[in-house]
Amino acid sequence: MERTKQLVTSKTFLIHFILIVGSVAMVLPFLWMILTSLKTYAESIHVPPVFIPKDFQWGNYKEVFGLLPFFKFMYNTIIITELRTVGQLFLCSLAAYAFARIEFPGRNFLFLLALTVLMVPGQVFLLPQYMIMVKLGWLNSLQAVIVPGLFSAFGTFLLRQFFMGLPKELEEAARLDGCNHFQIYWRIMLPLAKPGLIALGIFTTLWSWNELMWPMIVNSSPESMTLSVGLSSLQGQYLTNYPILMAGSFLAILPMLILFIFLQKQFIEGIAVTGGK
Amino acid sequence: MKEIPLQAEVKAPKKFKVSSLTKTRKRSDYLWAYLMIAPTMLGLIIFYLWPIIQTFYFSFTEWGAFGQYEWTGLDNYKRMLEDTNLLKSFKNTGIYIIFTVPIGIFLSILVAVLLNQKIKGKSVYRTLYFLPVITMPAAIAMVWKWLYNSDYGLLNYLLSLIGIKGPQWVSDPKIALYSIIVVAIWSGIGYNMVIFLSGLQGIPKMYYEAAEIDGAGPIRVFFKITLPLLSPVIFFVSIMSLIGAFQVFDLIFMMIGKSSTALESTQSIVYLFYQYAFVLNDKGYAAAIAVLLLIVILIITVIQMVLQKKWVHYD
Repeated sequence: MERTKQLVTSKTFLIHFILIVGSVAMVLPFLWMILTSLKTYAESIHVPPVFIPKDFQWGNYKEVFGLLPFFKFMYNTIIITELRTVGQLFLCSLAAYAFARIEFPGRNFLFLLALTVLMVPGQVFLLPQYMIMVKLGWLNSLQAVIVPGLFSAFGTFLLRQFFMGLPKELEEAARLDGCNHFQIYWRIMLPLAKPGLIALGIFTTLWSWNELMWPMIVNSSPESMTLSVGLSSLQGQYLTNYPILMAGSFLAILPMLILFIFLQKQFIEGIAVTGGK
Repeated sequence: MKEIPLQAEVKAPKKFKVSSLTKTRKRSDYLWAYLMIAPTMLGLIIFYLWPIIQTFYFSFTEWGAFGQYEWTGLDNYKRMLEDTNLLKSFKNTGIYIIFTVPIGIFLSILVAVLLNQKIKGKSVYRTLYFLPVITMPAAIAMVWKWLYNSDYGLLNYLLSLIGIKGPQWVSDPKIALYSIIVVAIWSGIGYNMVIFLSGLQGIPKMYYEAAEIDGAGPIRVFFKITLPLLSPVIFFVSIMSLIGAFQVFDLIFMMIGKSSTALESTQSIVYLFYQYAFVLNDKGYAAAIAVLLLIVILIITVIQMVLQKKWVHYD
């Protein structure tokens, strides 16, 4: 008995040891980012490194806002992320409901068409999408990032899985009460598909917030830049001033970090859902 | 990603005589369905499906300076055969995949299995491992570039403490790709861990109880129970990671400067695509690269689908 107890404690100890080593590796870069962002330039390139800056240089953050229209970037990114997420949730769930719960001619064919998009790597769309934006005169505008991002084969597929799992009796009762399909979708099905909606919402939010290539291609003027693109331009200008670069980086990730802290459970469950289906 | 049931409830009762009432009901059903799918389908056709066809078309054209293009047949594809840069980008992407995908999956399974034990502080660990997942790749690249800095970086300082002179992590052509690989693995563990963890929690407890009664050790339990029952999830994650790894761009774009000596030995297929399409304005050739990427990914996915029969266990 004593032996097994010892064995168990040494096993738990080993597990914690491995997990802690991993955790340190996970957190250290973030810690270093924050610490560096509060150093003077001289402190940042001091050898051996200064770990805790003597005076916290909050001015670095102010400087980032002075160097680039960072507020504008943040505003752009928030608008883009919000509209894409809300738009996708509505449009994808609408289509997903029809694909899952209504029989109509051409359903399988149209769904296969949507699935094709899912199979193709993003780069295949980029050139023609860019030319559409040129034709529409949408370069350097927020809608260049928002509009193509409203439609998602992935989201439609994900939510369809959710709607398919719901019992049929629900809608039959509603139909007898004289509800039409939109009412059934809106009042009955949508509330029941909440886990799916949360998952898609989180996925889309993360994706739009962090995306780099497409916003960089279509929006190169500071007026319409997103944070990701702003960071890369900051890097171009302040190649070696790491306190400034780190302050910019931290500002760019802060909103997602706050969202994550408040919605941890939803984030993690949401990701598990997108992977598990 | 098992087979997708396309016909969920097709077998509605058909024996009833189709009265005019059900007919109008059917017609209104169709109308609703088309209305509901219309926005998404139109968007997908305009912004995604039609562009696929266009990219195929463009891959047979050459572009002039003012956006005009002409049909040049297979020229772009012939050009690929002699393009050493493209060959190198395939090699770089290949190395990137070979390291990030298996090591990433191994580490995330390890963390998931450890977090699936009866220990304290699970949710704290889970949160910490998940942090990189929510972080913008551009910011991740920036902070790692700083950690990697050869003169003032934290990493080389730590190495110097144990008497090692650290290399030039991101500018030495021999090392840079591996430095990027480390960052990619680091940032991907949390995502796959969460998926594996939910897979592990789906394994019925009775299997473990049975194994305990048989007196099987933890290693044996892992290989005989956990791994086989987790294999559908491993299969799914490996397909998704592979497809993702094929498209690596952000980290390379942010960490390796445009004039860096390490660019040639790090640029990926998608990086090259971006260069040709949007920097060099060689859009026809870029389209051909995109088509090639599509074909390679499809072939590899099909191979994985075929191979899965040998190692993936479905109940």
